[in-house]
Amino acid sequence: MTDVVIKFEDVSKQYRLGVVGTGTLSHDLNRLFAKMAGKEDPARKVGVSNKLNVRDGDYVWALRDINFSLNDGEVLGVVGKNGAGKSTLLKLLSRVTAPTTGVIKVKGRIASLLEVGTGFHPELTGRENIFLNGAILGMTKREIKSKFDEIVDFSGVSKYVDTPVKRYSSGMYVRLAFAVAAHLEPEILIVDEVLAVGDAEFQKKAIGKMQSVSKSGRTVLFVSHNLTAVEQLCTRGILLQNGTLLMEGPIHDITSAYKKSSVDETNLKRSGTRLVEMQQYKMTDDQGKEIDELFLGDNFYVEASFTAREAADYADFTLDIRNDSNEFIGHVTNADDLFEIKNIAKGENRKIRVEVKDISFAPGTYYVSLWLGNKYGTFDYIENCMRFTIKQGEKFIRRPFPFDKRAKTVLRSIWKAL
Amino acid sequence: MNTKPLNQQDNWSMILRPKKSLFEVNLAELWHYRDLIAMFVKRDFVSKFKQTILGPLWFIVQPLLTTLMFVVVFGNIAGIPTDGIPQVLFYMTGIVGWNYFSTCLNDTSQTFIKNASIFGKVYFPRLAMPISVVISNLVSFAIQFVFLLGFLIYFIAKGSHVAPGIEILLVPFLVLLIAGLGLGFGIIISSLTTKYRDLVHLVSFGVTLWMYATPIIYPLSEIPEKYKAYVMANPMTPIVETFKTALLGVGSVDYFGLLYSFGFMVVLLAIGILIFNKVERTFMDTV
Repeated sequence: MTDVVIKFEDVSKQYRLGVVGTGTLSHDLNRLFAKMAGKEDPARKVGVSNKLNVRDGDYVWALRDINFSLNDGEVLGVVGKNGAGKSTLLKLLSRVTAPTTGVIKVKGRIASLLEVGTGFHPELTGRENIFLNGAILGMTKREIKSKFDEIVDFSGVSKYVDTPVKRYSSGMYVRLAFAVAAHLEPEILIVDEVLAVGDAEFQKKAIGKMQSVSKSGRTVLFVSHNLTAVEQLCTRGILLQNGTLLMEGPIHDITSAYKKSSVDETNLKRSGTRLVEMQQYKMTDDQGKEIDELFLGDNFYVEASFTAREAADYADFTLDIRNDSNEFIGHVTNADDLFEIKNIAKGENRKIRVEVKDISFAPGTYYVSLWLGNKYGTFDYIENCMRFTIKQGEKFIRRPFPFDKRAKTVLRSIWKAL
Repeated sequence: MNTKPLNQQDNWSMILRPKKSLFEVNLAELWHYRDLIAMFVKRDFVSKFKQTILGPLWFIVQPLLTTLMFVVVFGNIAGIPTDGIPQVLFYMTGIVGWNYFSTCLNDTSQTFIKNASIFGKVYFPRLAMPISVVISNLVSFAIQFVFLLGFLIYFIAKGSHVAPGIEILLVPFLVLLIAGLGLGFGIIISSLTTKYRDLVHLVSFGVTLWMYATPIIYPLSEIPEKYKAYVMANPMTPIVETFKTALLGVGSVDYFGLLYSFGFMVVLLAIGILIFNKVERTFMDTV
């Protein structure tokens, strides 16, 4: 029988903005007087704001009326932009702070990897820190003792276990910290962005540990910007936006909704003088049909039009391609093909098309930024305005299993026996 | 937190609500985290003396220098009498007792501010922190106490007019009173400082002033009768006086005063824990 292990009922969290310090005493007295006079608390106008993250004076709702439940053994991905309320949700769950309204019910022990290495003391040795950190996370001395060897093995720092951790490299530090947390054996595990740290080998270990935790029937709450990892690990997801729960469902629905919202026109970061302004742009296949998905080795086209508000001698056009960790992966400019955009008259509208051949980035999600400008400055720069996914397929490489996530580009190779 | 099941089906192990009732204090949970308290004590001790040459000797240097200063300033320049006790012993006894109180108060009063980063990441009963501070200060007190006993034996061997009495058996009780009072005041102040930082500035010199209101540098017998009531209202007075009686054999134990201190401590701790408990839930939003 599946059992609900986490339940959020109308949970909201309100924060006060600004510096708390001077003035708070008078502020509090103000509220007290209002209360005594039978008036509404001047600092809280709950009924007014139906819109979220709207400032009520100095107050802000970080979460608003969140309702969801999580069953035993599920791996839930929490997706949303910065400021959507992901961290607040985890903070409530890990009891760092209490909700303003609503109730959270939990069954079983929760361990949080909110920030690994909490409480590590630089002067203490690895061994001492394992005990300290374990105790902070709620383990008893006996529990830690029984898992000590396993923890040290997993972290791979066995040689340095009696060295103060201040002499550790940052990688060793993180590995040790994660190892402690990973051996907590809680019923519910909360993981927040820990995969961003540590080297690739360690990330693999960490993901493996999370998978084994979830396979052993325990519940995992995973928060990350890395959609590939989320899709890999999670079965269900929730999408947060400005403090509300936008969507709940199977993980692929959630990530695709998130991807769509993340290239939402209204949120585009755009800069430049706009003396020459980008009008329309789209990514197409060779038929001119708009696409957002292609296979390794495919060609794709970007069509863009721009209008000059002032005349310009010339302009350069570039595409920057970034992966979903925001790493700069590829760059294309008109100069690559000795193509020139010259003598643009005032009011003129031009249209160009660029073909990018034989895409060989590792399968995953990518974002394209468009830049239009010349050596005197930027006319128009639109960040991450197009998103596309590369699928492995069989055209470029024929390996029958997934491409290694750690590599960023795919090389073609031809093999023969000699 | 609340461990009461809502109904037969729902066996929630934890229910998080906005407002906890004021009297819902979970001491059982604190007991569960006793290993953590032990680890914090160890951490404090180890980190304090790693990479110092003198190590734990520093515990002794501080009261020794303070005693010497008091001997010069209050004993010789100001000429304040010491009930016929050698000045060094008289001051040092007071200082060792007072030191434990003032370090407990000072250190625990910063619980929330100093530990904001760790409290912001992970949950454990917040009381574990100030309790561990009180215990690790107990270790330094013990070292200082042994040092004080060494001085005492030296002076007795020299034939000084001091005679530790049977009251020395009261010392553990006195230590408990000091720890309780320090902890109580400390956690109340730390709870208030999450909102009103002004208190931080008040505490350090407040404690110093308080010392002069306690018979540390002067014997209680020198206090004019009209001020005596005020000095006796200070819960530290009976403790320090008994401490001196126990070790130096002057005066007599004021059991009524001790009872007063004990009652004061119990009430203070109860209030302190309640306030602390309330603040710990949301202090992250204001710190």
